[in-house]
Amino acid sequence: MAEALSLIASEDDARFLAGGHSLVPAMKLRLDAPGTLIDIGRIEGLRGIAYGSGDENDCIGPLTTHATIASSNLASALVEAAGGIGDPQVRNRGTIGGNIAHADPASDLPTVLTALGATIRVENSSSARNIEAESFFTGLFETSLGENELVTVIAVPREGAGTGSAYAKLFNPASRYAVVGACASVTLNNGVVSRARVAVGGLTPMATRCGSVEAALEGRSTDAINGASAQVASDVGDDILEDIHASAEYRLGVIPVYVERALQAACARAAG
Amino acid sequence: MAKFVGKSFKRVEDPRFLQGKGKYVSNLQRPGMAYVAIVRSPHAHAEIKGIDASAALELDGVVAVYTGQDLIDGGVGQLPCGWVVPECKIPERWPVEPARARHVGDAVAVVVADSPYVAEDALELIEVDYEPLPVSVGARATTEYRAQQIHAEIPNNTAYAWALGDEDGMRRAFREAAHVVELDLVNQRLIPNAMEPRACMAEWDNTTEEMTVWTTSQNPHPIRLLLSGFTLGIPENKLRVISPDVGGGFGSKIFHYPEEIIVPWVARAINRPAKWVATRSESFMTDSQGRDHVTNVRMAMDATGTITGLHVQTWADQGAYLSTFAPLIPTALSITLFSGLYKIPGIWGEMKGTLTNTVPVDAYRGAGRPEASYLLERIVEKGAQKMGMDPIAFRRHNLIPADEFPYQTPVAFQYDSGNYQGLFDKLEEISGYGDLREEQKSKRAEGKLWGVGVAGCIEASGPAPSAVAGSLGSAVGLWESGTVRVHPTGKVTALTGSHAHGQGHETTFAQIVADELNIPLEDIEVVHGDTGRIPFGMGTYGSRSAAVGGSALVRSATRVREKMTKIAAHQMESRPEDVYFDDETGNIRVRGATDDGMSFFEVALAAYTAHDLPPDIEPGLEETAFFDPSNFTFPNSAHIAVVSIDRETGEVTLEKYFGVDDVGKVINPLIVDGQLVGGVAQGVGQALWEHGIYGEDGQLLTGSMMDYAMPRADRFPHIETGRIETPSPTNPLGVKGAGEMGTIAGTVTVANAVVDALAPLGVDHVEMPFTAERIWQTIQAHS
Ligand SMILES: Cc1cc2nc3c(=O)[nH]c(=O)nc-3n(C[C@H](O)[C@H](O)[C@H](O)COP(=O)(O)OP(=O)(O)OC[C@H]3O[C@@H](n4cnc5c(N)ncnc54)[C@H](O)[C@@H]3O)c2cc1C
Repeated sequence: MAEALSLIASEDDARFLAGGHSLVPAMKLRLDAPGTLIDIGRIEGLRGIAYGSGDENDCIGPLTTHATIASSNLASALVEAAGGIGDPQVRNRGTIGGNIAHADPASDLPTVLTALGATIRVENSSSARNIEAESFFTGLFETSLGENELVTVIAVPREGAGTGSAYAKLFNPASRYAVVGACASVTLNNGVVSRARVAVGGLTPMATRCGSVEAALEGRSTDAINGASAQVASDVGDDILEDIHASAEYRLGVIPVYVERALQAACARAAG
Repeated sequence: MAKFVGKSFKRVEDPRFLQGKGKYVSNLQRPGMAYVAIVRSPHAHAEIKGIDASAALELDGVVAVYTGQDLIDGGVGQLPCGWVVPECKIPERWPVEPARARHVGDAVAVVVADSPYVAEDALELIEVDYEPLPVSVGARATTEYRAQQIHAEIPNNTAYAWALGDEDGMRRAFREAAHVVELDLVNQRLIPNAMEPRACMAEWDNTTEEMTVWTTSQNPHPIRLLLSGFTLGIPENKLRVISPDVGGGFGSKIFHYPEEIIVPWVARAINRPAKWVATRSESFMTDSQGRDHVTNVRMAMDATGTITGLHVQTWADQGAYLSTFAPLIPTALSITLFSGLYKIPGIWGEMKGTLTNTVPVDAYRGAGRPEASYLLERIVEKGAQKMGMDPIAFRRHNLIPADEFPYQTPVAFQYDSGNYQGLFDKLEEISGYGDLREEQKSKRAEGKLWGVGVAGCIEASGPAPSAVAGSLGSAVGLWESGTVRVHPTGKVTALTGSHAHGQGHETTFAQIVADELNIPLEDIEVVHGDTGRIPFGMGTYGSRSAAVGGSALVRSATRVREKMTKIAAHQMESRPEDVYFDDETGNIRVRGATDDGMSFFEVALAAYTAHDLPPDIEPGLEETAFFDPSNFTFPNSAHIAVVSIDRETGEVTLEKYFGVDDVGKVINPLIVDGQLVGGVAQGVGQALWEHGIYGEDGQLLTGSMMDYAMPRADRFPHIETGRIETPSPTNPLGVKGAGEMGTIAGTVTVANAVVDALAPLGVDHVEMPFTAERIWQTIQAHS
């Protein structure tokens, strides 16, 4: 890792290469042409999951593949989202670190990590810092990752009793990316939602935390889910993505449905 | 006799494919090979004002750069159109356009380099001075007065207009009709996407002046003919075209493509082997595409719901040029099927072939027949709705009765055989149709959107009687050749002019020959795809291989058998009438005799030693037959799809699928089922996901797998197949085509199911593909 961090600083126009499932397609289409590729794929210390105990976070190495996460004991929403990424080839090669560093607005994991309240550790050759997922994603294909910084750990809170999470998405039928996606993490206390964290993606330039939905639900029973989900419109702003797969009108029209489905499933899991 | 035909055998070709040992053009290497890459227009329409290759030529490893004019000066000819309907105007088309590009992806220059990587790098260094021109897109819009003219010699961008049927009868039917239904519909543009991208390799021997071309073609002999006679000018006896393993074609690999001319031309020019392999992006912007018809259809009925007339007007987008068989698809392969499974006295079909700044459109699995079935089965569905009749009852009311075959339609074809009521009997049985309708009632009562779609489809397959093809515009005959060569040891090589690129001919054709010659399957090797080994052939498309190619092999095998009978009779001192091929021992024996007779090997060897042959028999044991069918065959089908629709998001889920097909006599049920199931998946792909979208500026917006949605296995339920067999009387095997029926039926069956699901909202038509958004918008508009 030290070697990789020193190379990224010394080589011209250098880039890390992880699973290659975002970078290589871009290079094939000549949309991207790095001067040097630094293959981090065999740095063992960056791969795998260390489960925390008690209140500790689960720590995921950035080179952990989607397939590994899909069959892990991590938070349910993350497991669910990773299992719905692309196809088996993509899941077997693509990594969580590459996925979030690439920050495609249609990616699933930024939405999920934002809702789960994950912390992303990034390092360069001289220092390290921790960034909340919510402020890690800053725009369309943009993150707060500095030049020469490597994602080294993704720390995700463990789901204790009474807490559950879920991810619901509309698949782009071609790529399997999210046309829209919604993730919810809730804690239930005697049938009351004592904590709710919700994020959406696919329709906004970056994963977006949904404060209004959360506020409309916290302190209420699950009966409030339907009404709370409708609040998502005020969370997503005006910059709604539009492409050949879906108009902004459609994305806005169906996002409450996915928020509601994610919340229902998360509550069902929280209830046990 | 039939030890093999009619039984399922696993495909003998599969072990090599499953182990990654197929031999595809892109795997092949020749010593000293150079690599070709092609500069393609980024504009849908532009004048090419100049090409500066100097920077590319300075790049280490670049061998040469050629422009369109270089190729023309070097003797290449224009790409011809092989199917010309009356008064068809054929646009100029060069392998590399010298002056104007007319679609995104049109070839404008050629790079040759020592490695494929250098060739690709060099592409970026070639500066083409384009002057963009206005663009015309849209099958119908392109014919409008203000539309940009694409070829100076073709006014209104209309290459041809064609009509067929009984116009007076149609008008009378509408005058006297009790009920009329009408639909405007679009059969959207599809992009074939065979798994293997196209590729071409060529080697020139400057001492013998012989050229060998390896190409991913469904029909190497016609490609040799076109290369020789029109585009490259190398005589056929000096030109060998090989299509080795080909990874899927679906029609898109029938046609003669520019790269098949460019690569051998380059190989000769630089006197080195040369190769080009398409990138997936190139496949998207250069492989001929499918469908793209804009249609108005009206249907007349009497008071009892009997269909009396049909009037169809279609604008068929043919793209920027007329690809090899383009004019055939909307005309003789589409209008001719407007009668469907029904007795319709007054049919009149009108078709305009139009030109746009898009990739050329030509045959794509089903070719013209899915378009015919789509419009007919959509309007029939609407007719049933109008009459308040169950869709199956309405269809049954109008079917051609089983005792009326051969049946002459008003649109040229004479259907060979069929039992259409029997199809629907079987369909109702395997689908539990009555129960499905009950289930639908209860789902609807719960407020669910749940649809049951029915369609009955016809296909003309097995092209074609050559004289009929000629009268309809074909430049070639459409017979097939088959050679059966028995070697002195009794092993057999069967050579066929048809080509397999996924159909399993190496298995089915061996089954046919094994039955004729009474020998084990493993003693037969089927060879295809090489003009150097096979006398001639027309290749594979239109579900023709078994009906035409298989029949040619039946004939040649029968002749071999007759010759062996004579030789055996002579050697065993008996009369040929008394000699028979014994199923049990595999020997050739004399009826009533107690001895073992002669083995197949002994008779084969005797033919070659020629020590003791009957006086009128020549040595050797090889026969070639050319089979020209007397008619097309007419496979037919009745399918049901069940879909559910998510009211809140518009997502469509295919819940159940049933298909009953009559493909005549079945040679290998396993392979036929595979063809039908795969075909259905392809047809459903059009209904639910696939759409080649062009912007107003002619840019292809779905130019990659990330944007163009192909069907995926996990979106399908089990596809239940059923069969009835009415043997075709027009070929010795009794077979009809099986390769396209699934695709033809799959699309419209699902379309009818989706419309049925939405019917409670008052919806009577939705355009394909049924994306979540389109369905959601439809639901919003109707609630
Ligand atoms: C066909 C297809 C379908 C897909 N479908 C989906 C989907 O449904 N949902 C979804 O979320 N994603 C989808 N993806 C994207 C997929 O998840 C990618 O794997 C992921 O986005 C990139 O991970 P990677 O390891 O392949 O990264 P790479 O392609 O190797 O790298 C991507 C970028 O991240 C940088 N990078 C990699 N690792 C690090 C690190 N540790 N620290 C800092 N920078 C780093 C690289 O330098 C590069 O810029 C799909 C991709 C494909 C090809």
